[in-house]
Amino acid sequence: MSEQQHNDTVTVFIDGQPAVVPAGCNVVDAAALAGREIPHYCYHPKLSVSGNCRMCLVEVGTPGRDRSTGEPLRDEDGGVQILWIPKPVIACATAVVEGMHVRTDSEAVRSCREGVMEFLLVNHPLDCPICDQAGECRLQEYATDYGRGYSRFIEQKNVKPKRTRLGPRVILDDERCILCSRCVRFCEEIAKDPVLGFTDRGSYTTLTAFPGRELDNNYSLNTVDICPVGALTSTDFRFRMRVWFLKETPSIDTESSVGCNTLVASREGRIYRITPRRNDAVNDTWMPDSGRVLYKQVDADNRIAACAIDGRPAGPDAAVAEAARLLRAGRAAIIGSGRLSVEEQYLLRRIRDALGAGTPARLVARHGEGDGLLLSADRNPNTRGALLTGLINALPSAELADLRAAIEAGEVDTLLAAGEDPAAAGIPCELLKRVKLVYLGSHHDECTQHAAVELPLLTVFEKAGTFVNQQFRVQKFAQAAPGPAGTLPGLQLFTRLLQALNPDAAVAPSPDAVWDAMAREAPEFAGMRFADIPPEGALVSGARFAGLPFVEGPGLHFEPAGKREAR
Amino acid sequence: MLAVPKRTHIHPLERRILLKHADDPQYDVSIDCYLRHGGYAELRKAAAMPPEQIVQEVADSELRGRGGAGFPAGMKWKFLDRKSGKPVYLICNADESEPGTFKDRQLIHKDPHQLIEGMMITAFAIRAKLAFIYIREEMPLGARILEAAIAEARRHNLVGDDILGTGFACDIVVHRGAAAYICGEETGLIESLEGKRAYPRIKPPYFPAAIGLYQCPTIVNNVETLCNVKHIVALGGKEFSRIGTPGNTGTRIWCLSGQVRNPGYFELEGGRHTYGDLIYRMGGGLREGRALQAVIPGGTSAKVWRAGERFTGKLRNGDPFNWGIEDVPLDFDGPMAAGSMSGSGAVIVIDDSADIVEVLANINAFYAHESCGQCTPCREGSLWMRKITSRMVGGAARPEDADLLAAIGDQIAGRTICAHGEACAWPTQSFVAKFRDKFTAKAGEDPERARSRSLRLV
Repeated sequence: MSEQQHNDTVTVFIDGQPAVVPAGCNVVDAAALAGREIPHYCYHPKLSVSGNCRMCLVEVGTPGRDRSTGEPLRDEDGGVQILWIPKPVIACATAVVEGMHVRTDSEAVRSCREGVMEFLLVNHPLDCPICDQAGECRLQEYATDYGRGYSRFIEQKNVKPKRTRLGPRVILDDERCILCSRCVRFCEEIAKDPVLGFTDRGSYTTLTAFPGRELDNNYSLNTVDICPVGALTSTDFRFRMRVWFLKETPSIDTESSVGCNTLVASREGRIYRITPRRNDAVNDTWMPDSGRVLYKQVDADNRIAACAIDGRPAGPDAAVAEAARLLRAGRAAIIGSGRLSVEEQYLLRRIRDALGAGTPARLVARHGEGDGLLLSADRNPNTRGALLTGLINALPSAELADLRAAIEAGEVDTLLAAGEDPAAAGIPCELLKRVKLVYLGSHHDECTQHAAVELPLLTVFEKAGTFVNQQFRVQKFAQAAPGPAGTLPGLQLFTRLLQALNPDAAVAPSPDAVWDAMAREAPEFAGMRFADIPPEGALVSGARFAGLPFVEGPGLHFEPAGKREAR
Repeated sequence: MLAVPKRTHIHPLERRILLKHADDPQYDVSIDCYLRHGGYAELRKAAAMPPEQIVQEVADSELRGRGGAGFPAGMKWKFLDRKSGKPVYLICNADESEPGTFKDRQLIHKDPHQLIEGMMITAFAIRAKLAFIYIREEMPLGARILEAAIAEARRHNLVGDDILGTGFACDIVVHRGAAAYICGEETGLIESLEGKRAYPRIKPPYFPAAIGLYQCPTIVNNVETLCNVKHIVALGGKEFSRIGTPGNTGTRIWCLSGQVRNPGYFELEGGRHTYGDLIYRMGGGLREGRALQAVIPGGTSAKVWRAGERFTGKLRNGDPFNWGIEDVPLDFDGPMAAGSMSGSGAVIVIDDSADIVEVLANINAFYAHESCGQCTPCREGSLWMRKITSRMVGGAARPEDADLLAAIGDQIAGRTICAHGEACAWPTQSFVAKFRDKFTAKAGEDPERARSRSLRLV
């Protein structure tokens, strides 16, 4: 038996194999670290332990010690004798101790699992052919891996309410529910909205919302994610696609500066749903509902899919050339966006430099009420990227008052708006008619009709890059779907425009190349390479901006630095 | 509201300590009557003792819990967590719901002050901040009697603030349940008392002596157990332990029901009588022309005995035993040596006029109805077993149903959060094991005849 390695790890033996695991972790997590799966339904690493599914029953033992001498008890072979607890115990509620032995694959454990599987299936409806969860259903997976393989039940199954509306985005099928209580615990502990509960008793227990209420909070779809079966399903995703056809691409929620890690599920270039991706430093396993609908913008009717000059379709080369000509022709001003990626913001800054260091560049602020969880008050995902790349050096305001004044005073000839609608930012259309507008945008909006040049911008789902969230964490997102035909892929829109303005300032249109350039310029990015940024993101220093009045309040895994003025 | 009638005939084999006055026609529930009979003298005595000494007396008495588990009360009190600094609570479990048990209702309805005195002595011993009586919903008269008795006791400074001038304060709150058997499980009771669904807690870590009511150390004891505390203080622990037999000290109130001539409750010294004494001498034996078929020795959760069974083995002291049902001693250890348990002390006699499969179907219906539904094996297994036995009773039994029932029982016991798993599994396992021939014979029964008997189940 080995000594403890450090203060905070212990050595346990999973099926005879030693494993060094953090002290105090439970046996389910310890076994996972050792590469063994202990099946479970009700346990979730981010929720309280309820221990009611009984699927994670394992045999646990500790080395015996002679009571008087304290010496380890030995068996015939001289090895340490293990005293096994006579009844199996649930792994999720058992904390590891030094020298603990766990059996995950003995006769007794296999019998427990077969028993629990059988019990879960006796009243479970045979809905697999029509159930959305098929393909990602724990009941299916564990039945295959640990079940008996045949049914002995010939009685009538319980009948409970089916396909009821639990809330605006969630449908509940009570017959499929295995009463694991994950959704109840989630709503109470994480969403702080204890709207779900059980009624009736025994096998007739039914999940429901409290009378007069619906599951309508902004985190309701997380219950669909954590439901191990198809009892809770998403109204938006219902019946749309079988999950085994879906490709999952890691991405970032652009709803706010929290930067929830997501997975974008798509098939053949069409996106079907967004689900959270686990990041224990940012969003755990959660994301707000409002961020999940953002993929719908990809197929919106008002998508800008092709370049245009003065409202007439044009090819990308001509459009870029015309844009460059207009920008060089007179005094330019730039409106950038906190929704652009770090790479795009960097290239925009290079474009600004090419036009002259005095060219004003502004971002448009987007503020909302922070919910104290995963929706921050800054509804731009990448304000800090603009600061770090040098595009701006002060926090943006919602109305571009000084820019408007400059246009009114006739000091601006060409306006480059990348990712923001100037009309919505306080520059009325009447005023826009006085300047030449070069509009890089993804959707038609109020200002587009006055644009001299339209250049389509890719949405976050159609490109790869990084955002910097409120923690000053650089997080990567990958391309999930190709952009509309006619758009320039990747960063080409920006690199070509930059090259047209300054042939010497050529940058290859890949995030790798842009990061190599950025690493030489921004002190916080020194030594970083795009390919080396890990999936959970990389923190950079925000010290240079410590004095700025960031608007975010406390949230999950986030405390605003220093004292802020009361707002 | 059912009144609880006084029993007119007391069997000479009984030794009435707890029920000494309960069935006396002149005795009523008022505090005046209780005081006239020397009541609350033990509370005065205990109030002057150091709390540790009261605990030691109870430990010396070897009093074992009377609720069904038989856990030594003194040991439970010593497990109380004193280091956390949290307030300590006392809960009297008056949720008597084990089918066949009706002893606590006698104590509550006929001699409530004995319970209150026992609780207050316990409160002194464990320095409780507040005490609760959790009484089952189906005893509304009992709740009123207790509340009136507590109010009387409060007026006499025996409950509430500054008890007997000692400065110690502890009140008793009577809390009515809402008709759920699982509220008799101590952590289910605690959850219900906190206002939540009665879902028993996982143990470890939620042992009530460590983490109980409001996450504070809590002692949960049965009504009969707490009534005994008064008599332990009166006699002293060592003297009390001379009543009954070693390991089974004191008296227990045994509840005899079923197909006997003289069902009722009998207070007997531990280990001094047998099941045969209870059924035949005190119970008057079986009805005319009937033979014994089965005995359930300790409430319906206990494993059943088949008439004619013999139990052999060695006792704890090494002596061999060879018992028939009639020879098993009425204590904790005897039924356990005979493969069952004494449970709550409820003995149910079944004669040969009963269809044993129907008996099991009735029992299964109860446990399926009462399962809280928290954990998978008990929730699904109890209802599945109920559906099988209902089907068998309704005339559609199959030969393989006996094996299936046994297998389901095996899949539940030992794998649940609380003992309700064992409670619903043991009847099925033991009935099938002992009466397999009856179960397989059911498959050959004429369905029409079976359906015509139409047993109504819960």
